[in-house]
Amino acid sequence: MRALAAGLVLAVVAGAASGTEVYVSNERDNTISVIDAATLDVTRTFAVGRRPRGVTFSRDGRRLFVCASESDAVQVIDPDTGKLLDSLPSGQDPEQFALHPDGRRLFIANEEDATTTVVDAAERRVLAQIDVGIEPEGMAVSPDGTLAVTTSETTNMVHWIDVATLKAVDATPVGQRPRYAAFTRDGGTLWVSSEIGGTVAVIDVATRQVRHTIPFEIKGVASDRIQPVGIRLTRDGRLAFVALGPADRVAVVDAARFEVLGYVLVGRRVWHLALTPDESRLFTTNGVSGDVTVIDVASRKAIRSVKVGRYPWGAAVRPAGSGP
Amino acid sequence: MPDAGLRAARLLLATAAAFAAVAFAAGARAAPEAAVAVHYLERRIERPVPLNNEDPIPDDRGLRGAELGLKDSQATGRFVGLGFTLRSTVVEPGEDIRAALARLPAPEGPRFVVVNAPAQDLLALADAEEAGRTIFLNIGAPDTRLRDQDCRARVLHLLPSRAMLTDALMQFLVAKRWGRILLLSGPSAADALYADSLRRSARKFGARIVAEARFDPQGADIRDTAAHELALVSRGPDHDVVAVADEENAFGASLVYNTALPRPVVGTHGLTPAAWGKPVEAWAAVQLQTRFRKLAGRPMDAVDYAGWLAVHAVGEAAVQLRSADPGAIADLLLSGRFEVGGFKGRALSFRPWTGEMRQPVFLLWPGAVAATAPLPGFLHQRTELDTLGLDQPETACRAMRDQRRGF
Repeated sequence: MRALAAGLVLAVVAGAASGTEVYVSNERDNTISVIDAATLDVTRTFAVGRRPRGVTFSRDGRRLFVCASESDAVQVIDPDTGKLLDSLPSGQDPEQFALHPDGRRLFIANEEDATTTVVDAAERRVLAQIDVGIEPEGMAVSPDGTLAVTTSETTNMVHWIDVATLKAVDATPVGQRPRYAAFTRDGGTLWVSSEIGGTVAVIDVATRQVRHTIPFEIKGVASDRIQPVGIRLTRDGRLAFVALGPADRVAVVDAARFEVLGYVLVGRRVWHLALTPDESRLFTTNGVSGDVTVIDVASRKAIRSVKVGRYPWGAAVRPAGSGP
Repeated sequence: MPDAGLRAARLLLATAAAFAAVAFAAGARAAPEAAVAVHYLERRIERPVPLNNEDPIPDDRGLRGAELGLKDSQATGRFVGLGFTLRSTVVEPGEDIRAALARLPAPEGPRFVVVNAPAQDLLALADAEEAGRTIFLNIGAPDTRLRDQDCRARVLHLLPSRAMLTDALMQFLVAKRWGRILLLSGPSAADALYADSLRRSARKFGARIVAEARFDPQGADIRDTAAHELALVSRGPDHDVVAVADEENAFGASLVYNTALPRPVVGTHGLTPAAWGKPVEAWAAVQLQTRFRKLAGRPMDAVDYAGWLAVHAVGEAAVQLRSADPGAIADLLLSGRFEVGGFKGRALSFRPWTGEMRQPVFLLWPGAVAATAPLPGFLHQRTELDTLGLDQPETACRAMRDQRRGF
């Protein structure tokens, strides 16, 4: 019945972002809220495992992967029905993950175990568990699929994993409490946010050296409240968006010159970000205020606040055309 | 296949470059080349049996925290070819703690000694000839005087002073407009210090102590008499809270719900300011709590946390420097520039004027964190964390001034 209603809504909606949906994990509600990117309404809410955090889609948009941290599983969910299709072995306390470009291998950061687990999602098989630093959190795979990185929050390093051998081959120290990692589209640069360091490191992938460190400064906000978490980079390499946690703002950064262009005020304790496929809108999960702020990218203005569940954390966009 | 061969060759090259760059001995898992030695020195204290079947203070309090700090430092250090060791020494009551210090290996440069002992022991150690260039990391003595007139160079305080604790409590009371306080203190010397600290903090934040009483439960069984005795002793002029100074836990636990008026109990019992405690879970604290519980089989308390923080700070300094050189580590720790994470949502650092670590303080009751100080609205020109404890103009500490400073 619910699926039917959702289908109807989808059919009715028209416009640029028609059919695009944003999926938000509600950490304290054990649910996913689905927001229609055109109407900006919550169209569905469905239950998942305990303490859902990282969320991502299969390339075709037909499978939603959810890190159910306290269920110690990565759940595979049919986004149309919200039905649990599969529960993948994930190692303990999975927090964030990244899907390899091959669409099969998931690289999962196990926060309590100081390991990165690599799972073959098709065969439901653990391929490797790789020792990394304490409290691994951020996870990313390079666009060419040769490298994976995980950031460890207490060890304060980026660990480089060779995908061919599934071994950690190097480590690059970064600012305190690195939480999120994102490769540029060309794979040449890695962006890493440091929550307590209050900075974003821009790392040259070839040399694994930090090339730039981007600081943030907001008038009227104590510097130790500025805590970078989620990052989104535009495909053209021109802009980066950085969620600043309890500073309640998203920084807009010139990604070529590494300069902050401005800050957009959002809800309280902003965690993660999702960009629509046309990159016209940015969605932010605001943990403490329990809502999602929608930012118009062109004008860099917040245009709507959408109420979701308790402690929204992860966000992923489901591409249009992959629905029912 | 030639493709794979090429990739393997490239990888080999990249790995070789990594070796050269950071002198890794075996890829990402460098065998520790250099070890940083940390010592743990404790004075064992005979403690009275708990009155109300509360959990006793564990014998390994502090040490277990330091051990977790060691584990964490080792896990991090291996990625940069650094190792860490921790040797613990426990001194019996009545034994000379300086002799224990004298028995520790005495290298040329500084060494790091985590001290879990009362203030007089810490001072004896810092003043001992054997101290040399030792950096002492205080995790057991909350005495404000050690951050004031009795401060010593090369002593860093990981445990918040009583001043920091009572400042945190007072911020909470003032923010709630519960500023009229009836103060009830116990008979021990530590109770008097806690009461003093409450008075000082009340003055600092504009709260008012409307009446004071002393209570000595000696000779009675407080479990049977609490309802009468504590109701009598907590009578007084209009007040918003009853503050209790009972560090020895002689009656404070029984005061909650036994006050004359229906008023919250705050201080050493009831709502308690503390650097750490069981209900703390925000800012990924739950990770540290889980690791500690796994190691020690019990919850982490404020002294355990200070022990963890002490070893973690030494480890973090070494990793930041990528060096096991004790001289360089000591300089960084004392520099005023050093920052370290501590699962409190902010970077923690040492105040250069007293060597005390700036850190948020939780206001706890056994069920939850009621608030975290500094509370919103208490401003400071440097960092709001300096609204807790002795600020630069407030301290009589001069010893730290002679240290080399990075600012």
